[in-house]
Formats: sequence, C-alpha cells, structure tokens
Amino acid sequence: MNEIRIIEVKQSVFASNDKRANELRDLLKEKKTFLLNVMSSPGSGKTTTLSLIINRLKEKYRIGVMEADIDSDVDARTISKNTGVDAIQLHTGGMCHLDADMTRQGIESFENWADYDLIILENVGNLVCPAEFDTGAVRNMCILSVPEGDDKPLKYPLMFEVSNFVLINKIDVLDYFDFDIEKCRENIRYRNPMADIFEICAKDGRGIDDVCEYLIKQIEEWRN
Amino acid sequence: MHELGVVFHVIDEVEELAKQNDVKHINSVTLQIGTVTGIVPDYLTDCWNWAVSKHELMIDCKLNIEKIEAITHCSACGNDYNTIIYGKTCPNCQSSDTYLLQGNEFMIKEMEVY
Repeated sequence: MNEIRIIEVKQSVFASNDKRANELRDLLKEKKTFLLNVMSSPGSGKTTTLSLIINRLKEKYRIGVMEADIDSDVDARTISKNTGVDAIQLHTGGMCHLDADMTRQGIESFENWADYDLIILENVGNLVCPAEFDTGAVRNMCILSVPEGDDKPLKYPLMFEVSNFVLINKIDVLDYFDFDIEKCRENIRYRNPMADIFEICAKDGRGIDDVCEYLIKQIEEWRN
Repeated sequence: MHELGVVFHVIDEVEELAKQNDVKHINSVTLQIGTVTGIVPDYLTDCWNWAVSKHELMIDCKLNIEKIEAITHCSACGNDYNTIIYGKTCPNCQSSDTYLLQGNEFMIKEMEVY
C-alpha cells in the first residue's frame, strides 16, 4: 500500500519566471546589452515601426532582432530585408506569449549575442498574455494604433501597467476614426502614471526621431 | 493559448518538487487562482488533463482550483470593495487612487503524492 501524503508548496507560479527574468537581466547588464520587449495587438504596425527605428539606430548600435510568432517567418524576413540587421524568428508553438526561458533560448540562438548593444524582441501580437510574463527585458514598449480605439488602456490594463513607454501609431488616419488622442493619453496615464507617450506615424516617419532619441537615452543609461 | 503555457509552468514546478521529495506519483495538485488573473479555470483544466497524460509521474493527476476573490482598497476613503464589480474606481467616494489587495494570485498551494 502506498502511503499518501500532502506536500505543502505555497509557491507562486510566476515566481520562477520572475526569478529567471531577473537572472537574464543581470546577464544582459553584465554584457552591456539592452533588451527591448515590444508588445501590441496584431496589425498595430510593430514591424514597420521597428524597421524605421532600427534604420535610424543601426549606425550607432549593433542590433539583433527576435521575432516571436506562433508560426511563419514573415516578420524576420521583413525586418532583415528592410534594415539588413540580424533577425531570427522564434516560434512559440501555439503559445500566446514568451516567458523568460524562451527569451533566453532565443537570445542564445544568435551566434554571438553579447556582441549586440541592442536586442529587440517583437513579442506575439496580443494585448493580454505577453504582459503577464516578465521576459527579462530592460524596457517594455507598447504600440497602440488609432484604428484600435482610445479605450484600449481601459480594456487591457496590465499591458499598459507594465509598459515603460507607449507609441500611439497611425496618427495620419486620426480624422477618419473616433479616436480622441487626449482621452487616450489620459487612459494610459490612468493605468500607468509613469508611462512615457509618443505620437507617431510609421508610414511617413512622424515622431520616430523623438522615440529614437528617447531610446538612445535609455540604452546609454543601461550600458553605463 | 495562455492556459497551456501556464500549465507547463506548473508541471515543471511540481515535477521538480516531486524529484526533491522522492515521490513516486502525484495524485493531485491544488492551485489558488485570483479572479483577476485572466486565467479561465475550465480552459486550464482542459489543458491540464491533456498535459499530465504526457508526464509519467502525473498520469491522471487531478487538478483542484481554489478561487481567490479580487478586492481593491481605496487610499482616499479606506474602503475595501469588490474589484470585479467596480474596477479601479471606488464605489464609495469615486476616487481612482486605489490598489488591488488580492485577486491576482496564482499559487501552487499543495500536492497529494505517494
């Protein structure tokens, strides 16, 4: 007869991920590599925006890009074609987000990842799950586009709470949507008073210089 | 799918603990889940039942879920209220200077083993 016993665990499920995320951040700090985690809905313009940012920063920094999707390598190829920097595609195998271990595996699949000054992780397009798992990134960036609506920070609170800065994209089509940009800023600040907010248009490049200037400041602070 | 990733996390953790404690089989695992974690217990159970069948130590391992109600505290008037109903705005004084007291927990409480 097997004796049945109870083991009390009392352990947070997210605790082990948080621990691994902090370990990864420590390693990145040591190697002076800045990891940027980019999150948004599908179709908000992540890949286009990143192409513009990378093209402005690639002279200054050595950059590697990790594209996370459930399937396909469309984004990695687009980034590689648009910018010429190293881009790899990560497949999540049906999962809706990346956790710290998957991020680390992705980073380690670059040939010499520590040579990069900046690694950009384009997370799975989704405003819910990616926010719940700390990837180990130094900063979280969220892109919200005008057609999605100014109420998204109210509907997806955690995403805006964990984002250090938010880009409001597609401001060229503001006239065609009931999108109140002041209301949107207010909604973001309601969730996260510390969030920095930028208005951009990835199609014509408006606002991108400001984002780059901001990013450079963040990267330099991290590396020094 | 979100719940599947979460299930993998839990299985990794309990398998590790099982090894440390010289366990032959895990009969059941009890989780405590807050009501604002965004985890859907039914989906979690479906993923669980599929995933445990792939792990020798956990064949037919039962999943028990204990819910933790979400409660928010208002810093302005000191009121504690139900987060699911009222969200971030205090129903007593309408302040939004509030914070979550409980409800975003996701804990492995215990496991029954032999």
